[in-house]
Amino acid sequence: MDSDLNLKATELRLGLPGTTDAISPPKNNKRSSPDSDSAPSPPKAQIVGWPPIRSYRKNNLAEAESGSFVKVSMDGAPYLRKIDLKVYNGYLELLEGLEKMFKLTIGEYSEREGYKGSEYAPAYEDKDGDLMLVGDVPWEMFESSCKKLRIMKASDARGLGCAV
Amino acid sequence: MAYSFPEEVLEHVFSFLSSDRDRNAVSLVCKSWYDIERWCRRRIFVGNCYAVSPEMVIRRFPELRAVEMKGKPHFADFNLVPEGWGAYAYPWIAAMAEAYPFLEEIKLKRMVVTDDTLELISKSCKNFKLLVLTSCEGFTTDGLASIAANCRHLRELDLRESEVEELSGHWLSHFPDSCTSLVSLNISCLGSEVSFSILERLVARSPNLRTLRLNRAVPLERLANLIRRAPQLVELGTGAYSAEIRSDTFSNLADAFSACKQLKALSGFWDVVPSYLPAMYSVCSGITSLNLSYAAIPSTDLVKLISQCQNLQRLWVMDYIEDSGLDVLAASCKDLQELRVFPSDPFGAEPNVSLTEQGLVSVSEGCPKLESVLYFCRQMSNAALIAIAKNRPNFIRFRLCIIDPQAPDYLTLEPLDAGFGAIVEKCKELRRLSMTGLLTDRVFKYIGSHAKKLEMLSIAFAGDSDLGLHHVLSGCDSLRKLEIRDCPFGDKALLANAAKLETMRSLWMSSCSVSFGACKLLAQKMPRLNVEVIDERGPPDSRPESCSVERVYVYRTVASRQRLDMPDFVWTLDEDSSLRYS
Repeated sequence: MDSDLNLKATELRLGLPGTTDAISPPKNNKRSSPDSDSAPSPPKAQIVGWPPIRSYRKNNLAEAESGSFVKVSMDGAPYLRKIDLKVYNGYLELLEGLEKMFKLTIGEYSEREGYKGSEYAPAYEDKDGDLMLVGDVPWEMFESSCKKLRIMKASDARGLGCAV
Repeated sequence: MAYSFPEEVLEHVFSFLSSDRDRNAVSLVCKSWYDIERWCRRRIFVGNCYAVSPEMVIRRFPELRAVEMKGKPHFADFNLVPEGWGAYAYPWIAAMAEAYPFLEEIKLKRMVVTDDTLELISKSCKNFKLLVLTSCEGFTTDGLASIAANCRHLRELDLRESEVEELSGHWLSHFPDSCTSLVSLNISCLGSEVSFSILERLVARSPNLRTLRLNRAVPLERLANLIRRAPQLVELGTGAYSAEIRSDTFSNLADAFSACKQLKALSGFWDVVPSYLPAMYSVCSGITSLNLSYAAIPSTDLVKLISQCQNLQRLWVMDYIEDSGLDVLAASCKDLQELRVFPSDPFGAEPNVSLTEQGLVSVSEGCPKLESVLYFCRQMSNAALIAIAKNRPNFIRFRLCIIDPQAPDYLTLEPLDAGFGAIVEKCKELRRLSMTGLLTDRVFKYIGSHAKKLEMLSIAFAGDSDLGLHHVLSGCDSLRKLEIRDCPFGDKALLANAAKLETMRSLWMSSCSVSFGACKLLAQKMPRLNVEVIDERGPPDSRPESCSVERVYVYRTVASRQRLDMPDFVWTLDEDSSLRYS
């Protein structure tokens, strides 16, 4: 029954998403009897108060998580960069950020023609491994599906459209 | 001879003694010096609020102006002390408010402070100047409003990492327009918004403001205006350091920063947008303390910022800095004294950043003045620890936390005994040590033999037997605080070293193998120790005496042994070993 409804996913509890009982409220920190000798190393996720980080910091941490760092490559550049998608509120800011980081202009996006009128076009690799043009889908969808960014020479980008 | 100096002269001489140790020593010389000293002592530090009673303090020191006190044991920070254990400030404040109408300063750490307590302070102490509440809880913004409204000469209000119930952001408006005395304001722990215009006006009318630590809710767009009104700031904590990338916001901010010629410390930096970091570059060369421990910034941006701060003495940062960033730190910041590296993803199974033991080795190599370290990482080796010890024998504080608590040397799979052994052997001035990793009784032998200046030791998931604990208790001459969790330490070592416990402030042991019977014996043997059994399974005498207790907290006290505020999961033991409840 439980697994059908997936109650656990909607359960309100302390702790970072994706962890189980990483932080338990003090009253519930029942531990196995310390009399048991040679206690095996307890699984990380179930140790109360470990790692020793103050609640204040733990709470701030939950919001500072950076699962949204993605690599950015630019055709012709010797090494890649990394950016945190979370700091941008939308495509405009992202493109401005990229322009600044790589010292180039990207040009204006239009649904019909992609990034016309500039040397470079921004593309990204999505969850399925496909190379997509940046800007086609709503920002939130892009944020969650973008795995890697690639700034391509516009000449190579011709013909790159939205996967239908 | 004491009687050849008039009292006033001695008092004058004593007034130059600021250290508690010196004053305590002076008061032991003879009765008349004891008397003179007690009348002229103005500041007192009580390391454990249950070690002495308010009445005793007031009786001995009738003219105090400043009180500093600590409550819960340190492991309370990690949820190991159940809610409701104690450390209530009210009884102390109530007694002192009456006895010391001229009380000016109160600093409390890990205590429960209620709104009533704050109101009492604000109404009784007409000359009240300084309130610092570190990791405290139990009060709301209403309590803060009383302080703001009634303390006409308030200089410092510092709410370091306290938990405040925020009923309204308007408490700040209770500072009257006539209040212009603020020197330090730290509201960084507050989650909700305070009125920006009120904040701006308060800052504008406080010409002596040196420290301003804002909370996350103060947006970056507001920061420039605030800083502009206080170019004399020495310490600044920003709010959220993110905004839409706009050149006018940037230049506004950069201008405001460049006017702050005295800025030495920076903190805050929640939600950082790296493009705004260069706005601070103009002040970097003067910065000695930088707290980026909430900033999720990639290593490259961190490095750009840090390499501008050549006079950095203290750096708190997240592990986003990575080994490469620490290499740059080692190369650029030769004055570095303290480094803390916090984990960005402590509960993740896999490392999310490239931060290893190598980073710490680099910094220990490159920074000759490094003396204090707190380092979270995922792997460690004896070789690295030995190298660190060799590079940096001047460590005073060394706290290492490996995310997997019983991780062995990742290269040899051996315990990390040799590594930590090297630390205590080489670092002769070491005062504080926290260890993690796979550790046997051997490491405690090293600690007992070498760590003669060690005052505080934190142990978790370490050791094989009572011998480990025995080495520490019998060998560490300067030990004051010992906190242990999840170690196979038990009765024998504890009872054999009972007398040692009276020379220490406190001992905490949780999830170890200390039996209730041993607690009773200890309490019987040592009447000046309070042995608190903290157990949520019900009365300890409802189980066999050989049963281990969940937690035991032992501290020396000259107050009557029984504190009257114990919750139902705490028991202390009378001289006749009968169980006492509150």
